Order: sequence, then structure tokens, then C-alpha cells
Amino acid sequence: MLELRNICKTFNAGTPDEKKALSDLSLTIPAGDFVSIIGANGAGKSTLFNAICGSFPLDSGSVWLDGRNVTMMPEHRRAKQIGRLFQDPMRGSAPDMSIEENLALAAGKGGWLSRVSAADRKSFRERLSLLGMGLEDRMRQPVGLLSGGQRQALTLLMATFQAPDVLLLDEHTAALDPGTAEKVLELTRKIVSEHHITCLMITHNMQSALDLGNRTLMMDRGRVIYDVTGEERSRLTIEDLTERFRQLSGKALDNDRMLLGINRKK
Amino acid sequence: MDKFLALSQTAMELGLVNSLTVLSLFLSYSMLNVCDLSTDGCFTLGAAVGALTAIAGSAWLSLPAAMLAGAVSGLITATLQTRMGVQSLLAGIVVNTGLYSVNMALTGNKATLSMNKVTTVFSMAKDLLRGTPLAGQSTLLVMLAAVALVVVFLCWFLKTRLGLAIRATGSNADMVRSSSINPTFTTTVGLCISNSFTALSGCLMAQQQKNFEINMGSGMVTVALASLLIGGVFFAKHRPIPLRAVGAVLGAFLFRLVYGLALRLDMPAFMLKLVSSVIVVIAISGPYLRRQMPQIIRRWQMIREGRGPRA
Repeated sequence: MLELRNICKTFNAGTPDEKKALSDLSLTIPAGDFVSIIGANGAGKSTLFNAICGSFPLDSGSVWLDGRNVTMMPEHRRAKQIGRLFQDPMRGSAPDMSIEENLALAAGKGGWLSRVSAADRKSFRERLSLLGMGLEDRMRQPVGLLSGGQRQALTLLMATFQAPDVLLLDEHTAALDPGTAEKVLELTRKIVSEHHITCLMITHNMQSALDLGNRTLMMDRGRVIYDVTGEERSRLTIEDLTERFRQLSGKALDNDRMLLGINRKK
Repeated sequence: MDKFLALSQTAMELGLVNSLTVLSLFLSYSMLNVCDLSTDGCFTLGAAVGALTAIAGSAWLSLPAAMLAGAVSGLITATLQTRMGVQSLLAGIVVNTGLYSVNMALTGNKATLSMNKVTTVFSMAKDLLRGTPLAGQSTLLVMLAAVALVVVFLCWFLKTRLGLAIRATGSNADMVRSSSINPTFTTTVGLCISNSFTALSGCLMAQQQKNFEINMGSGMVTVALASLLIGGVFFAKHRPIPLRAVGAVLGAFLFRLVYGLALRLDMPAFMLKLVSSVIVVIAISGPYLRRQMPQIIRRWQMIREGRGPRA
């Protein structure tokens, strides 16, 4: 379970560029929930993820993971419980190292002086074959040679190798071509449901926001302005969602990508 | 032919001593992606500590003592850049400058220390091998053993989990953090180990020349970087690590060989540092300029055809 209590974050406080990125935001995500998050650019979606990961200190408020207060825990220690994927497929893996070596670091097993064993290699092979991309036969190749889609799939595998308590997906398919994006999304769905991982997914695609998961959040100006689940959500259409956004935020959706998502539906 | 053999033996001996510093940069520059400018001072520090320990009567102890001193110097450089907000390059420069005073203080304000009548690891090896067919090669054998040990250690270490984490820190620090490893820790360990090799290199150099001199490390970082980049020509980035480590040693040897040949051709000895600077510039900016070449050619053509910016 993930709980955020009244978290606030202001960037460039006291300057003309002051930006309230998170404004007294509270949120409780029960274990096993799959939440999609939408909102215009600058609504604070990625900042919310940064706050959960501990990429910067919060101005106030606290972050709780499985009943533990992790607000002051440094980013790398929190990472044991949190997996994260970015829009940029290059961010999740080390290009100069082989697939096997990347997985060995992500698997996080053994002492500092341990080496990749035959048993490790076997389990890497099995997990890689689940991706259906033939990566299991390229384990000694440097990751830099992989395509964006392959790299993102590998990152997904790395982030979930030891099932994390929370998986954060920050538009992780936005930089991929439509076919590959679909495939990575399908893998995500499979892995998340198999390991019952609590998952938060930022997306600009309204359709996947409604199709995936069991709950949808809409963000604006550092707040959650709409939180929908259950039957109400299952009846929602993209048009409802845009209309709801206009009502709640007092402005029209100004994001090209979100509008493209709408056009595709029509 | 004899002359060439003598030349290549000198190149081999000097190249091997230098190759320890080259291997140090292989770890910090190629793996950790940190340009450690404290190398010069650390080399001299190793030489000073090694010389003092040998003069005090323990040649064997001089090696671990020098390495320990190097590791401490690496710890300071790493702490400055990872925990105290000093930029990486500046951290190296600051430590390098400070080490000059430290080295002077260690030698009791003496710019040179002579080890003419002192037992060194080289004189010990010579005594050990006296009467055997290898007697004439004792210096070379000591160097070879030291370099082989360091190469084997690096090949083993860089495949361990800690070694992988250090390599990943140089390749993508975000990914290290998300693997629940602190990049501050990996940078620190990497710089401690690499600086201990630099210091060992200085220690062996001083004992081989039976002389410590306060400026013996000056320019070392450029010479070693030139050797490392020459070595990179044999075995490029995507090759296995053992080959690349051997490439670094070959680079050091080749650099010394070419330098020795140039000396034979009446190049004055003081040109060493300019030559190494030029090699570093060529090796780093060469690939860059090659990428820019099509653009430059197009601009020339446009100017020639009267459509250029100045037409």
C-alpha cells in the first residue's frame, strides 16, 4: 500500500519562476490497485512520481510505503520497493554493459564480490524469453545495440525482476512506435497482474487510461481533481473524461497528444 | 638490431611502470567515466611513501604502504565530488595541488630522495635471481608480475557485482540508483582502487630509478591518457574487458616505444609532454572532427559555388 499525506513541493520558491508543483496532495493506493493518471503538461504527474521515489526532498507532508514512513529515506534505498520506467527507453539500462550484466544488477542478489552464476543465467534466460523478443539469445550483447522497444521491455523486466511493492510507469510507451507500444503495454499488463504489483501509470492516451487498470486519477495544478473507480469508471467514455476535465479545471485540454488519442477513437 | 632490442627493453620497462597508471585510468576514466586529475600528485605520493618506507628498511612493505596512501588520496577526491558538491574535475585539481605540499611534508621538505644504497624490490629480485638465466631480466620480471597481478585483479573485479555497479555508474547512474545501489559508494570505491594503482606505479618508478623527485608525476595524467587512448585503438569499447585491459598495457608500451624512437631521432627529451598532449587531442577530437567533416565539406562547396554565407 502506498500513502501520500498532504505532500507539498514548490520549485524556485521566492523567485519569479516560482512553481507550485504539488499542492497539499493526499492519496491512498491500496495494494494491488492499477491506477492510470492523466492531466495536461505541467499538472504535476511526473513530480508526483519523483516525490514517491524520493528524487527531491519534500517541502512538507509524508510518504508511506506498506505502513512505513519513507519520507526521509534516500532514493536508492527506496528503490528496493519501487520500480520505475521513464518515457525515454535509454534511461533504464546501462548501454555499455551486456543484457546479462544489466539484469544481474537489477536482480540484486548476492554479495558485492559475487559473480553471475550459471543458475542466474538460466533464470535470466527464462525471464527474457517471456518477452518474446529473442533477447534470451543475445544476453552477451551490449544493451546499447537494442531498439527502443526492446530496451523498454528489458527495463520493465529489470524493474520487476524482484516484484516491487509499487511500479511507476511514466508514459513508458510514448516514445515507441504504435505496434511496439502495444506489445510493451501488453507485457506490462501481464507482469503486473502475475505479480499483483501495485501500479501507477501516467499516460497521455485517454483510451489506455480507461482500458488499463481499475482506477483513474486526473491531475491539475499539483492536485488530484478527479478520482474515479468502479462502475462509474467503467461507464466513462473519452468524451466524458474531456468534458469532466473542462468542468473541473476550468480550461480545455490543451494537449495535442491527448487530443490525438481522442481523434483516434472517433 | 641490438640497439632496437635495447630500445624495446627500455620501452618495455618504462611502459610497464606507466601501464599501472594507465590501468588506473582504465578504471576511473573508461569505466567510471571520471577524469581523475589528481593522478599526477597521487603518482608522486606513491613514490614518496614507497621511497620513505624502503629507506626505513622494508622494501616489501613499501608496495602496500604506497597503495594505501593512494587509496586515501582517492577517498578524498571521491568525497569532495560525491558528498561535498565540488565538480569532478575541480576535485581532482584541488587534491593534486594539495598533494604537492603533502609530498614535500612527507619527505621533510626535500625535493629528491636517493635510494642508491637502499634495498628496493628490484634489488631484492636481483639478489633472488642471481646465478639463474633470468638474472638480467629481474627488473622486467618485477614489473611484469605487478602489471599481471593488476590486470588479473581488474578482470576479476569488473565482473563482480561491485565491479558491475562501478561500470554502470559510468554508463548510467540513474540505473544504478534504481538498482538500489548508491552511486556515491561505487564512485568512492572505484576512485580508491584506481588511485592505489597510480600510487603503486609511482612507487615502482621511484624504486626502479633509485631516486625520488618531487616533480616525477607531473604530466603523468596526460601521458597515461595518451597511452590509454592508443590502447583503445587495438581494442575498442565493445570488446571484452580483459582484452581492453591488455590493450591499455600495450598502449603504454607502444607510447614508450615511439617516444624512445623519437629520442633516437634527436627529439629532445623535454618534448615528451607536448607529444602526449598532442596524442590525447588527436585521439579525442579526431572522431569528433570526422563526424563534423561532411558538414564542413558542404559548407566549403556552398561557398565555392557562391551560395555560402559569405557570398
